[in-house]
Amino acid sequence: MIESHISLLLVVIPLLAAPVTALLPGVRLPWLTALLVSWVCFALAIWQFALVMDGSVISYELGGWAPPWGIEYRIDIVNAFVALIVAGMAAITLPYALRSVEQEIPKHQIPLFYSMFLLCMDGLLGITLTGDIFNLFVFLEISSLSSYTLISMGRQRRALTAAYQYLIMGTIGATFLLIGIGLIYAETGTLNMADLSNRLPAVFSHHTVHTAFAFIVVGVALKLAMFPLHLWLPNAYTYAPSAITVFLAATATKVAVYVMLRVVFTVFSTGFTSDTPTDDMFLLLGVLGVLVASFYAIYQGDAKRLLAYSSVAQIGYILLGIGFASALGVTAAVVHIFNHALMKGALFMAVGALVYRIGSSHITQFSGVGRQMPWTFGALVLGGLSLIGVPGTAGFISKWYLVLAAIEQQAWLIAAVILVGSLLAVVYVWKMVEVLYFRPASDTGETYREAPLSLLVPTWLLVIANIYFGLNADLTVGAATTAVQVLGGIPQ
Amino acid sequence: MSDSALILLAFLLPLVGAFGIVLCGRWPNLRETVTLVTAALTGLTVIELYGRFQQGGLNVVQLAEPLPGLAISFEIEPLGMLFALVASLLWFVTSVYAIGYMRGHGEANQTRFYTMFAIAISAALGVAFAGNLFTLFLFYEVLTISTYPLVAHAGTEKARQGARTYLAILLGTSIGLQLLAILITYAAAGTLDFRAGGILAGKLDPAWAGLLLALFVFGIGKAAVMPFHRWLPAAMVAPTPVSALLHAVAVVKAGVFTVLKVTIYIFGTDFITESHANDWIIWFAGATILLASLIAMTRDNLKSRLAYSTVSQLSYIVLGALLANQMGLLGGSLHIAMHAFGKITLFFAAGAILVAAHKTEISEMGGLGRAMPITFGAFLIGSLSIIGLPPFGGMWSKWYLALGTIDAAQWMLLGVLLLSSLLNIAYLLPIPIRAFFGKAPDGTSYTKIKEAPVTCLLAMVVTSLACLVLFFYPGPFYELASMVAGVE
Amino acid sequence: MQFILDHYNYWIVIFLMMVGFYTVISRGNLIKKIAGLNMFQTSVFLLYISIGNVSGGTTPIIAEGFRAYSNPLPHVLILTAIVVGVATTALGLALVVRIREAYGSIEEEEIHKQDESF
Repeated sequence: MIESHISLLLVVIPLLAAPVTALLPGVRLPWLTALLVSWVCFALAIWQFALVMDGSVISYELGGWAPPWGIEYRIDIVNAFVALIVAGMAAITLPYALRSVEQEIPKHQIPLFYSMFLLCMDGLLGITLTGDIFNLFVFLEISSLSSYTLISMGRQRRALTAAYQYLIMGTIGATFLLIGIGLIYAETGTLNMADLSNRLPAVFSHHTVHTAFAFIVVGVALKLAMFPLHLWLPNAYTYAPSAITVFLAATATKVAVYVMLRVVFTVFSTGFTSDTPTDDMFLLLGVLGVLVASFYAIYQGDAKRLLAYSSVAQIGYILLGIGFASALGVTAAVVHIFNHALMKGALFMAVGALVYRIGSSHITQFSGVGRQMPWTFGALVLGGLSLIGVPGTAGFISKWYLVLAAIEQQAWLIAAVILVGSLLAVVYVWKMVEVLYFRPASDTGETYREAPLSLLVPTWLLVIANIYFGLNADLTVGAATTAVQVLGGIPQ
Repeated sequence: MSDSALILLAFLLPLVGAFGIVLCGRWPNLRETVTLVTAALTGLTVIELYGRFQQGGLNVVQLAEPLPGLAISFEIEPLGMLFALVASLLWFVTSVYAIGYMRGHGEANQTRFYTMFAIAISAALGVAFAGNLFTLFLFYEVLTISTYPLVAHAGTEKARQGARTYLAILLGTSIGLQLLAILITYAAAGTLDFRAGGILAGKLDPAWAGLLLALFVFGIGKAAVMPFHRWLPAAMVAPTPVSALLHAVAVVKAGVFTVLKVTIYIFGTDFITESHANDWIIWFAGATILLASLIAMTRDNLKSRLAYSTVSQLSYIVLGALLANQMGLLGGSLHIAMHAFGKITLFFAAGAILVAAHKTEISEMGGLGRAMPITFGAFLIGSLSIIGLPPFGGMWSKWYLALGTIDAAQWMLLGVLLLSSLLNIAYLLPIPIRAFFGKAPDGTSYTKIKEAPVTCLLAMVVTSLACLVLFFYPGPFYELASMVAGVE
Repeated sequence: MQFILDHYNYWIVIFLMMVGFYTVISRGNLIKKIAGLNMFQTSVFLLYISIGNVSGGTTPIIAEGFRAYSNPLPHVLILTAIVVGVATTALGLALVVRIREAYGSIEEEEIHKQDESF
């Protein structure tokens, strides 16, 4: 009974729980509700993933209306995988959130905070699960609106301007997507993505389709913070509450990447994109993103902003994978979606733990703190090594496939850029490590205790996951290889 | 115990030891006991492995398979055995030395020091027993990262600066060049296993071989081939036991060991000679030998001079590997062991001078030998061995290297080797001579200065005697090296 | 000429879109930006509604004597989009109120100055 409704339950449970959470009194009760919901969703997501792991497809007709008229939830390994990341990150962020949020957000707003968190998760899950492109837009807006709200809850007033800036850019992106959807609907008369991929080839030559494609790609690119459309991201990640930074950095851009994969490979297929300069654009902007954002990261004085720029660079890697439009490249992209969620989650959690004790995310405030908070520091180092792509960590697996994809296409320059990006990561990760550990503690003589366990345990769970998936990539690479076949339209 | 369990034990023991050291951090005596016991057990394990290795082949152990076809696996072959023997035996000696040094010098953060030291040794043994290039690279990087805190140990601006250079060059070359080379190898050959005769022959266009070999040689930054040698002098800010074991033995030898592994088991010597991959890259090794010796002559800081000497000596081994003939490989492999014993003696002596007399500059050491005869006696023996004079072990490796150049008809390189030996004399021998026969700079005598702590002396005496013994009985090292080179 | 006249709905849409977009980019006043964003979104709503029109069709209500109906689906879709737009506007305005409370201004440049001097 449950099995046949998993995909719907994944969307409905958080949606119903969100308003309930907002009405609950106190601090612990809303948190507990949200935690419970996220764990249930995680369990469902694992179940769902297990069902489609062999490459099969589950089609769920919403309200019994048959597609292409009714809305279809179409679950294959690609969305099940991304849904797993979203639900998993929510499930691991919420235990972390309790103490961190208590400190950062006024008490009376806390029920609203968790309500918004659930809505945001709901939107992200919805995006991944739906097979209807307009429905996708609606879920995108649900997740975006709730994340604007969540970001604005940061304790500095700049959180407000960051949220506003994100709102403007995010809405422009979403509206672009809406225009694109309208145009392809006008051309084909359908909104179902599977149906679209059948009907679009007949009208590939029309200018309207090209225009629609451009609008959709730019709109999604704004959401996934593709360089140079990333301007909203550093502020948003810097000023959002720590727990939100963790969650958004690990999931929001990843889901947007998923939408890009769907649009480029399933809806339009490489047959269409190879006639357009799309691949070259992805490669060019990917290369620029990796280099420029990494350089920016080096010069940041704020740890959260540094990691935010690093995220833009990492998205550059994923775009490179998409741009190669080869089996290896897309495998690398899908693997990196997962691995980057792990590493950035761990890193932002570690920095969040530092902020929890120190009260600032400015690197100059970190002097010598690593010796006083060794576990937090250790998590930061290991997460950083994964970000660099040292063998034995998850980051290495993604880099490995990405460079292999580059070598396969004889793209030596891009292979070099990927490795140079790793070197730049060494610089900005070590900038933090050195200050934390080898600088003498500040002269104020203040000592900091180790972060509380409720912050450390989730952080270390992610760190261990980073190492586990660096030593055993069966799950990630296996899922990614199957995903490449399911996405369709990728030359094997 | 089964063979495979023994292999794992060899590199897991130091890790367990590291854990024990952290736990016993509060009680220094207990902590040092843990270090010594771990080092002794590790040494015995490796010796036991050697015993079994002599009786016949050992199994390959697979630990995990992160990517299909790319396993973390271990196997024992002669070159790795040689490296493991050197590293684990000298670890014990260095641990004895370190106890005297660290306490005599009043260093802080000793628990961290011993912990990271043990992890570094574990990584070095991982490198030694790696069954494929992927595993080797994994432990190579662990070695880099675990030695970083040792270099930055003092925490001063100078130490941080040095550590930054250290990490930048080692990670930079390994990720920027070596990883690329590994990926290209994998893309071409479809495997990264070490196989006799190499895996690239017939898979890679010979025209590309030279470029790939260069990517490897420069990418293995730990081999310190110029222009990627700057990290080694920079690492000299570390406490002396680190310089002695890691930056004269474990880390740098892991580098040249990797070069040897790549030339023998990835390229295969035949493929190198056929494709002329070594044609121009070998001159970088030759140039490094001479230039580093010349720079060493200009250095007044003792550890800095020794560091440049190491850079020069490492390129002997790279040269031996790149000659890609039997004698070259024999000499190169043998030099891993011979240079290790000689250079560690020199560093032990340098550290003893620092602890006992608080002197780092050579020009201040005039007459010091009369106050510290054992230290400078050991230094003299170490120097003679490095120079390659009989009756010291260092002679054998240079002998075979010279034979290698003759076999390859590389007369210029032969000249380089001979000239370099003269340079070695010029920058090493004046130090003990000045110490024994010179006068103190301001005419004072060193009545107050005594020899270094007894554990330091003990370590020095053992290694300098080893230099002597290795001339008459190069035994296991020669056997292993000749197996590597395929000399019957 | 006929081409231009025939597609007059698109020209209106494009004109509104550009005006809205330009306002978002060029104005420093946060409220005006939101207004521009609104116009930008509304132009897309018009696009959807106008493409739902079938020439000669009537309101999509089944009745005797009418064969051709306008496509009702875009209208339904755009109802959803309008709701989303209203929510966005409300949230945006709420943020502006909070910004005004925190900074005492709704001019982008002044806010920037305050942040930098801080």
